[in-house]
Amino acid sequence: MSSYLIFAYGGVGLCGIGVFGFILHTHLLRRLIAFNLLGSGTFLILVGLSQSGRGEADYIPQALVLTGIVVAVAATALALVLIRRWAALTQHATLPEDQGPS
Amino acid sequence: MNIMSLLPLWVLMTSFLAAIVIFLLPEERHRLRSTINIGAAIIKIGLIILLIRLVAQQETPEVSLEVLPGLSLVLRADALAMLFAGLSSILWLCTTLYAIGYLENAPNRSRFFGYFSLCVASTMGISLAGNLFTFLIFYELLTLSTYPLVVHRGTPQSLKAGRTYLAYTLSGGVVLLVGVALFYAFAGDLAFGQTAQMAEFTHTSPIASAIIFLLLIGGMAVKAALFPFHGWLPTAMVAPAPVSALLHAVAVVKAGAFGIIRVVYDVFGIELAWQQGYLLPLSLIASFTILYGSWRALQQTDIKKRLAFSTVSQVSYIILGVTLIGPLGTIGGLVHLLHQGLMKVTLFFCAGNYAETLGIHKIHELNGTGKRMPMTSAAFTLGALGMIGIPPVAGFISKWYLGTGALAAGMDWVIWVLIGSSLLNAAYFLPVLYRIWFLPQQGQWPHESFTQWRDTIPLLLIPALITAALSVAAGLFAGSDLSPLSWARLIVIREYQP
Amino acid sequence: MVHFPMAGLVVFPLLGALVSLALSQRWRTLMSFALILALLLNNALLLLQFYSQGMFNEAMGNWPAPLGIELRIDGLALIFSLMSAIVASICALYAYVYLRPAQLKLFWPFFWFLWVALNSIWLSSDLFNLYVGLELLSLAAVGLVALSRDALSLAAALRYLFAALLGSIGYLLGVALLYATYGTLSLVELSQHFSLTLSSSVALGFMFIGLLMKTAVFPMHSWLPPAHGGALTPVSALLSALVIKASFYIVLRLWTELSLDSAPTSAGLLMGILGSAAILWGGWMALHQTHLKLVVAYSTLAQIGYFMLIFPLLSDTNPHASHLAFQGGILMLLAHALAKAGMFLAAGNLLFCTGQKDLHSLAGLSRYRPLNIFAFGLAGVSIMGLPPSGGFNGKWLIIQSAMLQSQWQWVLVILLGSLLSAAYIFRVFSYTYQEVEGGDRFKQPSPLLEWSALSLSVLSILLGFASMLVLDLLPSHSVVTQ
Repeated sequence: MSSYLIFAYGGVGLCGIGVFGFILHTHLLRRLIAFNLLGSGTFLILVGLSQSGRGEADYIPQALVLTGIVVAVAATALALVLIRRWAALTQHATLPEDQGPS
Repeated sequence: MNIMSLLPLWVLMTSFLAAIVIFLLPEERHRLRSTINIGAAIIKIGLIILLIRLVAQQETPEVSLEVLPGLSLVLRADALAMLFAGLSSILWLCTTLYAIGYLENAPNRSRFFGYFSLCVASTMGISLAGNLFTFLIFYELLTLSTYPLVVHRGTPQSLKAGRTYLAYTLSGGVVLLVGVALFYAFAGDLAFGQTAQMAEFTHTSPIASAIIFLLLIGGMAVKAALFPFHGWLPTAMVAPAPVSALLHAVAVVKAGAFGIIRVVYDVFGIELAWQQGYLLPLSLIASFTILYGSWRALQQTDIKKRLAFSTVSQVSYIILGVTLIGPLGTIGGLVHLLHQGLMKVTLFFCAGNYAETLGIHKIHELNGTGKRMPMTSAAFTLGALGMIGIPPVAGFISKWYLGTGALAAGMDWVIWVLIGSSLLNAAYFLPVLYRIWFLPQQGQWPHESFTQWRDTIPLLLIPALITAALSVAAGLFAGSDLSPLSWARLIVIREYQP
Repeated sequence: MVHFPMAGLVVFPLLGALVSLALSQRWRTLMSFALILALLLNNALLLLQFYSQGMFNEAMGNWPAPLGIELRIDGLALIFSLMSAIVASICALYAYVYLRPAQLKLFWPFFWFLWVALNSIWLSSDLFNLYVGLELLSLAAVGLVALSRDALSLAAALRYLFAALLGSIGYLLGVALLYATYGTLSLVELSQHFSLTLSSSVALGFMFIGLLMKTAVFPMHSWLPPAHGGALTPVSALLSALVIKASFYIVLRLWTELSLDSAPTSAGLLMGILGSAAILWGGWMALHQTHLKLVVAYSTLAQIGYFMLIFPLLSDTNPHASHLAFQGGILMLLAHALAKAGMFLAAGNLLFCTGQKDLHSLAGLSRYRPLNIFAFGLAGVSIMGLPPSGGFNGKWLIIQSAMLQSQWQWVLVILLGSLLSAAYIFRVFSYTYQEVEGGDRFKQPSPLLEWSALSLSVLSILLGFASMLVLDLLPSHSVVTQ
């Protein structure tokens, strides 16, 4: 097993944690973090898995992941703005359907 | 492509463009709107006359546009098309005149006349359609453009009628769509009249052919108000009188009947349909509808409802004629398409006049109206006598040809249907005429207006008189070259001489 | 000069995005309209070039690509680019009149990013470029949903954002797996080496789930109605008409270029079943909504179902029928874009008149705003798939294809769906025909608003007569049997 494959497995693990977090948590910030974990896990898989079969380093996945991270940061920023605005308007950190009967 | 070959398109466009212009006019421009509407109707009649002359000289002007791969919209003026188009164009003018009078001072006239013209445009498209695909398109367009007319008043009652109307016609449309789609998928892209290819297809796959026939007829039967699909027609009576006239005489039920004519003659060919045994069940259903409609009409106390069930019955005469093999039966069916239109539109105009002028809606309120409204009542009488089949009104000619056609086809039992139905017609029309002419007025009229006029306002009266005169003329001058009868003969000669 | 037009499709909207962030309010609007004109012109030039070079006669209409493999234009891409140009321009005009200045200020940058993303998706043939396009599209769309800044639309935006992000991750995961197997991201190269193995099926599975989630295919649809129904009117139109088409476009591309039509029929069958469920569920829900815009939003769900029915009908055993389904699907997508945008704009105008969302408040509007009701109705004709309209032609071709392949179940679903859609559209209609006492208290919308709605609806009807113009752009043989 090459060291690259370890990254890939690590990525799978991160994805798993991310999916769990996404399902279990209703707090919007926690969900956002779960999404970030999912994203990072995917990037790890992308880099790790694609290099495991080849000898030399493949630069394409690196470049892709770099782009992917930028996109993820933008998405996170937008989500944060929306969540803050939501919290300010409603005094809640969860969506209405997750708030339960109150 | 010369100007003449584009004529079918222009015939369609006169009503269609009129509809668009009317929609765009502001509500309060009544005079301009009426001018445009009447102008378009007159131009259309002119164009139709030109077309009829062309068709009489054995030409068939045709316009087509490929809309999907290997599938074209075709407008084609053949003899049968001109029969229906001629009827619609004349009655468009009459109903428009009538509607202008009827809706004087009513709100939403822009909407009403816009959809009215659109409805006539769809009828034109149906009559000029050169293949089933084109027919289907205009058939559905007709459903769409009549709905706003049915619910025009916006009362809960009319909205409910609108729902019923849509439930019937849209379901019928779906059945027709399946039939047409199957036809194109398996029999191929056949224009009307290519019956030889259809015969070939029927011999290789008789079951598919039978299913297609069933679906096509089933889809059309809803609009033609064939039993048991007639339920929408009496309900739709809540619409304003000009709409009822249009629905009953020209547009909707006739579109269904015309479609059945097309399917039998120009898709399958009458010989084929006869050989395959498709026609007998159809003639049984038509006969039953004739008797059933008359029977139900007898039980109605509301004038418009009685007329509605009378339509159910009368339209089935057309279909019965179609199913009788042999030239005479065909002539009877075709000519009744026109005759019934003229007579029924007269009756609806008169019913509208009674309602508008005196507030009369029920039959028992008609006592003595002959004195107050002699001309309307005369027109009504002519229409009713025609429906019963008394010469010289046009209805007699239809029944005569249907009867002799049935004998020629060896279906003697049809004679009994005709006799029974005529008796029923007499039973539900003659007492009405008796009330109008011979019983004295009972108390006040329910709601009298136009008291300054001896009968009713000219815009309501004149169209009724014109159509009444036409239905007498069609019977009196049946022998002349210009009569509906001789045109039906022409169609039949061309149909039976391949 | 020959290749200028294609680059413009991405450069112009990108320029718009930058400019609209930098300039003052007045210049933003002015520049935006100048760029919209440029884009329309660009699309027209492209169309002319496409016709003159006769690419549509070849099996695959590939552009000779000195710009690299990333941007390519074929008939399909061109159709979608034209579609976005038409819908987006009219929506922009509508937004300019409809939105308040503060909203308009934020609208422009999001609008332009949306357009960049759309065009780059139509023109990309590279899996990763498609990912970037998808993400950009989602972010811009979410931003637009949140534009009205009330709690309801914020919640809708957040829900939408999470769904979209999950979808993107699913797609990206699939891309990672494919790259690991084949070492390429180019669709063209991939199609030459692709074979359906366990790992590639898993990869495609992830990608499809992600993409279908972004398209809001049943049962992953619950984010759509609040987002599309709750957004500001021009935004709803853009989202329903264009945004959901982007992820679907990628599914279609993958399916045809990787020749999934020769895959086991169960895959196509599954897509068909999802589509059928969407048609029936969406139609049923639309019939039971009390808010006008939610009716329209649920109608989008049902329409997405129709698009899904293409997949079981694309088969390599019957190329002719398969091609019919493909053509029908494209027509439906296009007709839906025009009709749904027109319908949302018309619905927005009606809501503007009454100031209320409820269907009951529509009473009397058919008298007060006949032109606008007409616009709604024309769009409805296409949505119901009644002739003459683009929607009908698409439906006709799909039905023909299903009949030729004896797949009767789809015919049945389509017909049931048509009846359902007729029911919910005429239900709205009958509310507008009602008359209530107490007089009218309607506001009058600007004529420009009504005319933009009407023009889109009329286009969806005209498509019924001009379908061949569109279909001629597609390769004349089935994409499948290239």
